[in-house]
Order: sequence, then C-alpha cells, then structure tokens
Amino acid sequence: MSTPSIESILARHPFFQEIAPAELGAIIEHARLISFEPGRLIFHQGEPAAQLFLITEGKVSLEVFAPQRGPILLMTLGPEDVLGWSWLFPPYRWHLDARALEPTQAIAIDGARLRERCEANHELGYQLMRHSVGVIEQRLQAALLQLVDLYGK
Amino acid sequence: MSSPPLRAGSRVILLPAGLQQLIDTLRRQDHQVIGPTVRDGAIVYAEVEELADLPAGWTDEQDAGSYHLRRREDDAYFGYSLAAQSWKRWLHPPRRRLWRAERAAADGDFTLVAEQPDPPRLAFLGVRACELRAIAIQNTVFTRGPFTDPLYKTIHDATFIIAVNCGYAGGTCFCSSMGTGPRVGAGFDLALTELLDAQRHAFLVEVGSPRGARVLQELPYTPAEPADLAAAEAIVARTAESMVRSLDTNGIKEFLYANADHPRWDDVAARCLACGNCTSVCPTCFCTTVEDTTDLSGRVAERWQRWDSCFTLDFSYIHGGSVRGTSRERYRQWLTHKLAAWIDQFDSSGCVGCGRCITWCPVGIDLTEEVRAMYANDSTGAQIATLNIV
Amino acid sequence: MTAIVASSPTRNLPDPMLPRPFRVQRVRKETQDTFTLELEPATGEGDYPFAAGQFNMLYIYGVGEVPISISGDPTKPHRLVHTTRAVGVVTNAMRQLKRGDMLAVRGPFGNSWPVVEAQGKDVIIVAGGLGLAPVRPALYHVLAYREKYNNVVLLYGTRTPLDILYRREIEGWRSRFDVDVHVTVDRAMHPWRGNVGVVTRIIPKAPFDHLNAVAMICGPEVMIHFTVLELEKRGLAPGSIFISMERNMKCAIGFCGHCQWGPNFICKDGPIFSYEEIKPFFGRRGL
Repeated sequence: MSTPSIESILARHPFFQEIAPAELGAIIEHARLISFEPGRLIFHQGEPAAQLFLITEGKVSLEVFAPQRGPILLMTLGPEDVLGWSWLFPPYRWHLDARALEPTQAIAIDGARLRERCEANHELGYQLMRHSVGVIEQRLQAALLQLVDLYGK
Repeated sequence: MSSPPLRAGSRVILLPAGLQQLIDTLRRQDHQVIGPTVRDGAIVYAEVEELADLPAGWTDEQDAGSYHLRRREDDAYFGYSLAAQSWKRWLHPPRRRLWRAERAAADGDFTLVAEQPDPPRLAFLGVRACELRAIAIQNTVFTRGPFTDPLYKTIHDATFIIAVNCGYAGGTCFCSSMGTGPRVGAGFDLALTELLDAQRHAFLVEVGSPRGARVLQELPYTPAEPADLAAAEAIVARTAESMVRSLDTNGIKEFLYANADHPRWDDVAARCLACGNCTSVCPTCFCTTVEDTTDLSGRVAERWQRWDSCFTLDFSYIHGGSVRGTSRERYRQWLTHKLAAWIDQFDSSGCVGCGRCITWCPVGIDLTEEVRAMYANDSTGAQIATLNIV
Repeated sequence: MTAIVASSPTRNLPDPMLPRPFRVQRVRKETQDTFTLELEPATGEGDYPFAAGQFNMLYIYGVGEVPISISGDPTKPHRLVHTTRAVGVVTNAMRQLKRGDMLAVRGPFGNSWPVVEAQGKDVIIVAGGLGLAPVRPALYHVLAYREKYNNVVLLYGTRTPLDILYRREIEGWRSRFDVDVHVTVDRAMHPWRGNVGVVTRIIPKAPFDHLNAVAMICGPEVMIHFTVLELEKRGLAPGSIFISMERNMKCAIGFCGHCQWGPNFICKDGPIFSYEEIKPFFGRRGL
C-alpha cells in the first residue's frame, strides 16, 4: 500500500490551492514528513518560528503555560489543520506552545525558504498570505466564541 | 303574546317595561345581570337590577387619550358607544386561585387541593358587536386549542348575552374596517336595537339562540313590523357611515412580519410609557402570570393566576435577562401579536376595532395611525397627544 | 413539519394547571451546579410516557414552578428523569431535595425531536452545555432502534472538562462501534487530551451525508446560530435542521402568553422547530 506522497497531500490541501505546480514543486523541496509522540512539545513560545506545519494525523494543542497552574489548553488542531503562521510575520517567533496530544504526523515546511520564495514571487506570496489570513480569521472567530463563555450561567 | 314559537332569527318588539321584565326574569333564574352604569365620570359595567341603573340619556366622547361623558338630548339607554372596561373581567377574572397545597409539617409531604369553583351565572346586558366578537376570540384562545381552561369554559357557556346594535359610532371606534360591526354578529342570545323617536321608545329584539327564545317567550313582546326592521337597519347603516377611524387590514400580517425594523417603531417607543393600559382595557388581551404564596406557618401554599401585560419588563425574562428589554420591542410585540401573529395562532385578527386602547392610552397612541404611518413609510412623530382623561 | 407528540397525560386531566405529586427516588450530582432528579408518582406505580424533546413543569412546594426538559429514556418510562442547573430560586430549592421528598409535576408538554422522520438517514446531534440533557432522550431512542438509522454522530461542546455532563455515559457511547462521539471544551488544563475549541469546528468533517441527514441542535442560542451556519455550509437543508428553543413560561398550555416567539408558542408549537419554519425569527433581537 502506498502512502500518499507529500506532493499529493499538498496539492489537495486548501492552503496550497491555486498555487502553480512549478512553485509547488519548489516548495516540496523544503518540506518533510515529521512525527511527534504524545506529550512531545512541537514548538515553544518565544522560539524562532522556523516552520509551517500541516497536520496529517493526530492531535495538537495550542497552549499557554501559567506558573503554578501548568499548561492551559486554548485550542486543539487535527488532520488538515494548518499549525502556525508566525513564520510569515516578524519577529518570526512562536506566540504559544504547541504540544502533540496523540501520535501526530505533520508535513513541516521550512519557513525561511518559504518567505524567500514569497519575496521572489509575489503571486505565491499573495496566495499564501490570503490563505493564512483565512486560517487566522477562522481561529479568531472560534476563539472569540470560546471567550463568550456560552455555556455559563 | 304572539303564538308562533320564537326561535333563532325571530324578531319582535319589546318596550322598556319588557326590558325590565327581562332583567327580572334573568335574575330569577339566578343570573347576575351585568350592564352599563355611570360611575366616576365614565360608563362602566357593573351589576344592574333596574332600568334606572342604566345610563339613560348619557353618551360619551372618545378620542385618542381622551374620554368625556356628555348628556344626550334624549333618554336612550344605550346611547353611548363603549364602556371603559370590557366584559373580559367577568369571563377571564383578573385574579383567581388555581389550587391550594397543604402540608402538616415543614419539609413534609403535601396534598394538592383542587378548586371547586362555583362562579355566579352571569348575564351581560348591552354587549356591542365588537365586544361580542372579542368574547368569541377569547373563547377560541381558551377552549379551541390543545388545552381548555375549565373555569373559563364554565363561565362563558353559562353567560346569557344580550347584545345591542350601536346607534352611534364612538370617536375611536373602527369596527367597520375590522369587519366586526357595527351590526352584531353571531354569539348572542338576544340582540337589541334601540328605537327611539318622538312616537315611541322601544327595542327591536332578535333571537339568537334556543335559550334566548325560551327567555323571550315569557315576555310581553309584540310582532316586529317591516318598518321596525327598516328603522333598525337604517340606524346600523348610519353608525357604520359615521365611523371616523379605520384600519387597513389588507396584507397586514405579512406587512408587520416583514417590518420588524421599521423606523416607526422607534417613533412610537419615544411616546409609549409601557404602562400597559392598552392591554388592560383590550377585550382580547389574555396574558396572565402565576403567583405562588404560602401563609406564615408554611402549612398552606397557594397558586394564583392574575392578569399580566407583555409591556412589563420581566414578561420575557429568561436566563438572567429580558428578551424584550426595550419599550420599542414590547410595543412592537403587542401590536404585531394583535394584528398579525394572532391570525396565525387563532385564525382571526386579535383586534376588534373597539378603540379602547386609543382612548385609554395616556399619551394617545392610535394604532390605526401607527399602521397608516408604517404603510406610508412615514417615521416622523404624530402630533403630541393631549392628556385629557376625565 | 409535524413532530411526534406523545399523548399527554395532562391533556386528559380536567384541570391542566393542577399538578400531580411525585417523589424523588434519586438525586445525582452531575457537575458543580448541575444535578439529576429521578422521580416516580407519589401514589402507586405509574409509567410516565413521553416523547423525546418534551418537558414538564416541576413545582416545589411554596416556591414555584419551572419548565424542565425530560432527559430520560423514552423507551423506559418507568422513571421520570430531569437534569437541570441550579440558577434561580426554584432550581436552587430543587437542588436541596433528597430521596423521598415530594414535588409536583405537570406535563409532558410540547412537541418532540423528529426521531421518526430521521429513520433511514444520518443523525447528527449537536449539543452545548446543559443542552445535552434535552436531546439525550432522542439519542436514547435512536440507539434503541439503531438499525433504523444510518450514521449517528454526537457533537458535544461545553466549558471545561469539569462541566462535561453524563461523562461516563458519553464514554460508553464512544466505545460503541456504531456511534461517532466528539467532545470538545472551551478551555482545559493539563492533563486533558481531548479537543479544545468550539463545537462548530468539528462539523466540517463530521461523517454525514448532507442529502440524507437530520440534525438536532440543543444549546445556547448563540451556539445554535453558529452550528446552523456550519451545517448549511455542508449543504444541509434548513428543513433537515431541528432546534430546541426556550422562553419564559408560566402555564405551558398556551394561555399565559409569555412564551411567544413571533407567532409561535414555545410551549405548544415547540420547543422543537425545524430551522426552515423559524428562519425569519431566529436571531432577531427582541422578538
């Protein structure tokens, strides 16, 4: 049984729709499959945001660590979710922690290389920016709803 | 006494003395007769025993936010248009106990004690066409749905109704355009038209039910002549023509549903005090609330029902707040329910065109004017109403 | 859309405002402020037949009466089950009840979830917070007649893991092979390893065929609003989406007028509505 290649996964993913095959091919050179076992920290708040992750399997939590309270889980992401947009905006550092809750697989794409390609090809840059904003908008809306404390008294 | 037996549709002539005998007969049959009386500068319904209790020679002048009694030049008994309150308070009492619960010890078991109501049998004397329709509308609410209010049904079914055709259109009346009058429709036991001229003072009486026929059979009536029928027709026709106000109900349901955000609602809200007078005097408004009380010992708990108004802030209270928090939303709810939603709920308009809400609004809000303004897309304010309550 | 209405014992009584005495058989604390009462008629045996989605008016002596959805199993009517949260005077008094205490019941009232209309289709139940309680009877019914339905999906969202209602039961449902259960919370502390996020995020990937499915949504109105949006994005028709509504209630029999919402009386035209029939009214402020 053949597992889907990175190329086929990226080609199908909404985040990389409308990107010319040539560009996609170049991006794939900077992409690799990566696995995380449960409990493993994927990235730490404050670290350089070196990569963009496309989750293919498993569950990741976005967290903030509060002293004396421990990690507070803010949102969980799963297959087909995009993890991280801090690679696109200065200072290119992660704002939250990300931790795998289950055995997790993702495609990691080199953020700095991706930025270079965006500088060189503004059409690609526009597409990735547009899709990133779309992801941010969805997450923001969800986060606002979580803030509302809908289920409270 | 005429020989052919009376039945629904029969029409005869009764003189005032005969009307007195009608009251006496009903009282002998254990009916409490309720009719118009003059009290506190208004015509109000109260128990009557004699013709002298009726407002002979009185009429009313009604306008938005204004009510005055005036003397007539004749002694007509029913020469006014509409009493201040409606018959609603007898059929649908403002306060009533629903049941009692008793318990011997604190935190112990309790027993529920059902009411055994024994309401007095009533007779209504002088029910106008609009009021007759309002009674039918409330009867639909309380007996034609999935549940029946047993007390309402008992009182309503036992009430003997003597309707009266209007000889005079009140200043706030608009029954013609609502299709509810001025001629009385179905639902009466007897219906009167007062015939008063230089020659005589008499009543054309129409029989509306077997029970009405039985009562009338014992009274000193004489046959009605064609001239009597024509005179009665002319009176009703003249009343219809002289009506000043009207409400265009064409497509009003869809219109009000579609105009929940009409700027006119803001305009009304600036004037409406949310005092609830309109709901109190309206003959079809039926909303109630419940109150749970205990005595000091805690051994007896009671549940009471009393009238409520959708204009109160906590009428729509849920989960820590009121759904209709502003008077704009509450006025809109009242009017939309009355003229639109009621049609979907009960297959008729909730408004009978009696005009009481216009007369008794302290700031003179006139729903016929509000609807007209909405149709015309006008959102500027109406003239400031006068506060002219007697 | 006509949902099923079970024959209401109250409908046949001479006075629908007079309650019947019941006794508390069991009290169970569910979460910090939510509890479940199991009731039986005070006099002798008696089943309490009801349809999923219906509610009762529960009366506490000398305190008052509140509408509470029935949250038990309609296929097992020998126990009357109510889950509720202690928010006001009456429900706080209810929380103090112990086994053997007496209260009074009127009902069942209202219409019901479309469990018959959903036969042969995928069933997707979306519940938020305490909203799981009024829709649990529908899930019980569907599971009791499991072969009549296609995919069965339960999406449940609540505040924190401590607020998960019927937790053990949910774990039981999840361990079945024929029910898809997704639970999510608004926020959590370590060591929670479930989902964190709004329940609507799970809808885009939920396994149902939009052309042959029925959705039943129960929870806060804001949650219903966003859930409907996501379901419609999946192509589910408004006539296949059913919601449960709440309003102030005093009589539950269409006489007091308090529960009106547009032309609908929540007590007798609802509390269950298809989104198609109430679309013009849903979400309108102050209606």
